Amino acid sequence: MPLDMPVRETQTLLWLQSGGCGGCTMSLLGAEAPDLFSALDLARIGVLSHPSLSAPGGAGLGDLLCRIQAREQPLDILCVEGAVLRGPRGSGRFHIMAGSETPMARIVAEMARAARHVIAIGSCAAYGGITAARDNVTEACGLAFEGREPGGLLGAGFRSRSGLPVINIAGCPVHPAWVTETLDLLSLGQLGVQDLDESGRPRFFTEHLVHHGCPRNEYYEYKAAAHEPGQLGCLMENLGCIGTQAHGDCNIRPWNGEGSCIRGGYPCIGCTEPGFGERDYPYLETPKRGGIPLGLPADMPKAWFVALAALAKAATPERLRRNAQAETISRAPGAGSGKQKK
Amino acid sequence: MSRLVVGPFNRVEGDLEIKLDVADGAVTAAYVNSPLYRGFEQILPGKAPADALVYAPRICGICSVSQSLAAANALALAQGLTPPENGAHLQNLILAAETVADHLTHFYMFFMPDFAQGVYAGEPWHEQAARFRAMGGPAQREFIPARAAFLHIMGLVAGHWPHTLSLQPGGAARAIGRPEQARLSGIVTGLRRFLEGTLFGDSLESVAALSNAGALAAWAGTEAPRQSDSGRFLAFSEALGLEALGHGPDLFLSYGAYAQSGVPAFARGVYRAGTVSALDASAIAEDHASSWLIRAGGPREPSRGLTVPDADAPDAYSWCKAPRLGGAVAETGALARQLVDGHPLVRDLAASGRANARSRVIARLIEVARLVPLMERWIWEMRPGEPFCLHAAMPDEARAEGLVEAARGSLGHWLEIRKGRIFNYQIVAPTTWNFSPRDGAGQPGACEQALVGAAVRKGETSPIAVQHIVRSFDPCMVCTVH
Repeated sequence: MPLDMPVRETQTLLWLQSGGCGGCTMSLLGAEAPDLFSALDLARIGVLSHPSLSAPGGAGLGDLLCRIQAREQPLDILCVEGAVLRGPRGSGRFHIMAGSETPMARIVAEMARAARHVIAIGSCAAYGGITAARDNVTEACGLAFEGREPGGLLGAGFRSRSGLPVINIAGCPVHPAWVTETLDLLSLGQLGVQDLDESGRPRFFTEHLVHHGCPRNEYYEYKAAAHEPGQLGCLMENLGCIGTQAHGDCNIRPWNGEGSCIRGGYPCIGCTEPGFGERDYPYLETPKRGGIPLGLPADMPKAWFVALAALAKAATPERLRRNAQAETISRAPGAGSGKQKK
Repeated sequence: MSRLVVGPFNRVEGDLEIKLDVADGAVTAAYVNSPLYRGFEQILPGKAPADALVYAPRICGICSVSQSLAAANALALAQGLTPPENGAHLQNLILAAETVADHLTHFYMFFMPDFAQGVYAGEPWHEQAARFRAMGGPAQREFIPARAAFLHIMGLVAGHWPHTLSLQPGGAARAIGRPEQARLSGIVTGLRRFLEGTLFGDSLESVAALSNAGALAAWAGTEAPRQSDSGRFLAFSEALGLEALGHGPDLFLSYGAYAQSGVPAFARGVYRAGTVSALDASAIAEDHASSWLIRAGGPREPSRGLTVPDADAPDAYSWCKAPRLGGAVAETGALARQLVDGHPLVRDLAASGRANARSRVIARLIEVARLVPLMERWIWEMRPGEPFCLHAAMPDEARAEGLVEAARGSLGHWLEIRKGRIFNYQIVAPTTWNFSPRDGAGQPGACEQALVGAAVRKGETSPIAVQHIVRSFDPCMVCTVH
């Protein structure tokens, strides 16, 4: 069914930075076509406050938070970047909001109750992310998840005033367009609960695997593997790449013009997945049992993977075998030998 | 005497709170608090050494490449690796791209918007300053597309920015050829057009060649530079007397930057009162006396550093430690880098006016004008077909450090490997130096010193002079404590 010319309501937005690195904001600032300010104009979003971008801070921000909490200032969209730090021992003192003597964890919870929509920006805000790694000394969690488990700061049953759960724009960092598109879909009223996956992420970028559009697909098909970082071959067999399991349109929607992790010469480390930040084997190694990678491509039965991989390895063209372990292409594709139909 | 608590500071990276003692309309003492602790130094032990390449960049979203490179350099030392020429060029190019982007982001997004604040509504130049309004003023709307286009360098050779994994101990993971050199060249040329047309109103070479304060004043009076954004900055800062604000400790530190074949493009050393001396990195020690950390029995060298939080530590007021150089407070950043390297204009400004809010900004602009032509040269000095990345086994036991210059100054990683795993990993970031709290001897940190004497106007709760001084350092608070 065609849409009428879209009508967008004006919306207010508050951005808070919690226990993270600020990199999602830096990534967002690199948005292109539209750039960030044009994207906000398009979505008719008025930013009440953003820590890196707004003019006033200090007491003005405290007043704003009070007015939002008292429902004097309507808040349509709350964006939280960074994990929520509950430590030490549940006190929240690892992150006190400057000038307030109040744990940021409490401020985030209060603002979430006041907001029509709540968006977790990045894997830290969504699931805890890197900040929750190893022993999680800061007691870090996401807004509505703690790693893979629903819960987190706001609890598994949390719904914002719009009725939606927390929208998890996962990624470390986020792709700028994942954010600008989510904001615009919200302003159009076109993002419903059916548009989020089981981890709360907008399906428009998680209904793809990072593998889709991988520039090394031919090496993957023939199991022609790189052995060291910087080589051209498939990164799955030896270098820890989990692009065939991780959700994201990273190789379809380019980063910074034409990039992606794999295009930059290094493996997908699954930064959009709940639980990202901690794993029990090194990131740049592929754990194997009997020579077979433990992590198999999504939806792939093991027996079929083993059979196909063995067949593919037997059929690997010499060109790919050579190029896979070179830094630059040493042998270019030749002419195909398949016969054309008459 | 009264007490002001200022914060949160917008338009600085991360969380910052400053307590000010105020008497007779001026700051008499400042206490800088970094209120966020994340614990990277507790996350890294036990990991495979190469995993530092995944975690370290995520210390900071704005200095991510410099964190990557410090980790890569420490690992390279542990592995006995030296990147080949191509790999070193590509590492330098990626770091320079981040530094230039960060300097410009500081100028357009963080620093200049202060001149458009309401407190200056009565000033004759205020109408001109409206161009720099925060949250989408005209200058920002011109700048962010130029920035985004420039960061295509990262898409091309580093995958994305922030948080690349392409910087490896043995070089860089994305080998390039002639077509990529041509594309990189085109991307940098695009930024050159923006800089020469909008930021400087002059060629980068002319800006980099400015040799003293008189030459700068004459340049700022000529037509095109006067109408440029840096010309406007010079006019506003002259009207407000920014050169009188924010004197630091006048001891400057640089680890040296952009080395090729062991020779840095910007020199390494320590600068004080016109003299450069060699840097003795073993004289660096971190003091915990004012930090919410387990006290470690006096200052500790980072190579045997200890970072264990203690929210109830007595006399503490920040999560930040206090790094000192031979016991002395040092300032780091573009100003320090250009002083150590001997840029004549920056040296002249320091000789006549000490370090100040104005000279810190000028040093960044000079560095941009110097770095972009260097990037243009490095692009074509790479030799397609020769290696970009070397490899070696990881040792089971090693101690190593990685010292680099981030946009905001000297960044060090100190790594110890035992039984094939990270045993200790300590990070001292640029703003750890600049925004440190008092040490055990009671010496205030660089910014704490710089704030003393700042004017507090009647009724001000976030004094504008304090804001100028704080932002002149371009603090990165997420790096500071990490």
